[in-house]
Amino acid sequence: MSATVAAGRSRHVNVWSAIATTLLYSFLVCLAVIVIYPLIWMALSGFKDNAQIFGDPFALPVHWSWNNYVQAWNQGVRGYVTVSVLVTVASAICTVLISAWTAFGLTRTKMPAKPLVIAIVLGGLMLSPTVAIIPLVKMLQALGLYNTYWALIILYTAFRVPFTTFLIRAYMLDLPEDIDEAATMDGASEGQIFWRITLPLCRPIIISCVILHVLFAWNEYLFAMIFTSGSDVQTLPVGLTSIMATHGTNYAVVFAAMTISALPIVVVFFAAQRYFIRGLAEGIGK
Amino acid sequence: MESGAVLRGVARPQRPNRPRARFANLSSLRWAAIALILIGWFVYYPIVDNFIVSTTDQDIYTGEVTNVGLANYDRLLHDPVVLLALWNNCLYAIISVIFQVFGAFLLAAIIEDLRSERWRRLWRAIYFVPSAISITVTGLLFYFIYQPQIGLLDAALSRVGLSQFVMPWLGNEHTAIYAIIAMSQWQGFGYSTLLFAIAIQKIPRDLYDAATIDGAGPLRRLWSITFPLTREMTGLMIIVTITGAFQVFNEVMVMTAGGPNNSSQVLGTWLYQKAFIEDNFGYGAAIAAVIFVLTMLTGAAQLWYTKQRRVQL
Repeated sequence: MSATVAAGRSRHVNVWSAIATTLLYSFLVCLAVIVIYPLIWMALSGFKDNAQIFGDPFALPVHWSWNNYVQAWNQGVRGYVTVSVLVTVASAICTVLISAWTAFGLTRTKMPAKPLVIAIVLGGLMLSPTVAIIPLVKMLQALGLYNTYWALIILYTAFRVPFTTFLIRAYMLDLPEDIDEAATMDGASEGQIFWRITLPLCRPIIISCVILHVLFAWNEYLFAMIFTSGSDVQTLPVGLTSIMATHGTNYAVVFAAMTISALPIVVVFFAAQRYFIRGLAEGIGK
Repeated sequence: MESGAVLRGVARPQRPNRPRARFANLSSLRWAAIALILIGWFVYYPIVDNFIVSTTDQDIYTGEVTNVGLANYDRLLHDPVVLLALWNNCLYAIISVIFQVFGAFLLAAIIEDLRSERWRRLWRAIYFVPSAISITVTGLLFYFIYQPQIGLLDAALSRVGLSQFVMPWLGNEHTAIYAIIAMSQWQGFGYSTLLFAIAIQKIPRDLYDAATIDGAGPLRRLWSITFPLTREMTGLMIIVTITGAFQVFNEVMVMTAGGPNNSSQVLGTWLYQKAFIEDNFGYGAAIAAVIFVLTMLTGAAQLWYTKQRRVQL
């Protein structure tokens, strides 16, 4: 549409709009370079040796060898990845199931005091982990969960249930209720309706929630740093700082470890971008 | 997990007006029970307990806890680092609002104005990539980028003839906090750009078409259509960004841990320093209480705004 309008304008305007377009595109390209180049530099530095790292930082690696990546993987990263996968998967399942369960109760049952329950659950959105951290240390030490996976799985679930419930509830509110009513007529219990009807219908938002949770749990740092100290229970973000502390002088290995830990999440993001954006849009849209 | 799947006869008709209806209503609380217990136990209770801890002093050697009343808060008022940390949090908030709210809004408007959907998606995705990556990775990455010997920044500066600006960015008291904040903008602006892009997509296209036919240029359309129709989103983003700025911890911890000479401390890292390095739980809890009050204020602002505008984030 703007093409026809532009055709009607004077040549003068066309020149200016061409300049503006060029400037805009150069701006977008420059910004993209600023965003992407440091990440490429990180991955490339993982291929260099230390002498090269201290040389020209813009140079490409001379010998492309996977040596540093292999070394990083064998000297700790493998363990950290295992723990990260375990904690992320377990807390994602717990969070999404508990949230869907709660959202169902809030939208489909005759639960008493619903506004109060909603206020309590969603109020959790406002409370930050930093504020709770000191009492949590005392509590988890008393429970004997300090320095275990369980500490992270429980805390990631507890702190993410409010947000996830909020997203799933918004989605359930928009689902038509006549299928439920028909199922109730046929004698299905609430539990059956949840597992057989509502949960499958919520698949898109469930996938979005899983992705948002994976992004959170894979990258979480504060809890992971405070509640784990042994290298066998540390997740990647904390493990990286440990690698930095032990291999501090061998920068190439640190770069390789950083790249290994960033790669899966970037791949997940690009593979699941559609669901991810839907999750964000649901979060704002209501 | 309990499925609640007590099988009834499939064809049995519903009994109307059950005497146990009241119990049935109460028992449907079971749907929320796990969430309520979990959140109450691990989110709400610690925050209440934090206020109790903040009025005590624990001896690290004997473990003896003594009640000291408001002494920790009194100390806090006279702690120069608390004031500096609070200022750094404010700097964080101001700079983030400029780049991650207004900058991101402009960027989203530019991207959404492009004709090809494929290009729009590509730009959004590229700018988002750093937000997907762990803050430990980006923090360490920029720790290296700012390093004088191996870093990109100083190398780039000397290459373009600005060698008078070459310095250890994180090792300098005057630049450390700005270097950290800059990293944070680099990482976060793509995320808010994506959110604004989603908000802009919800504006009906025919508004733009009508404006174009009436002869409105791109700037005019931005000012008269895009900006007013995403104002709710902008307001919310400002509040959310400020809340985040008062909770900031990770990037400072990874890059400088508050140094050099406490110049880049924020409330979160000062809490960590006091509670976990110097083992002073009581004082740490008092700092946590300050963060709590600040985030409650922004949270209340958010609730108020949401009620007014009927949008949520």
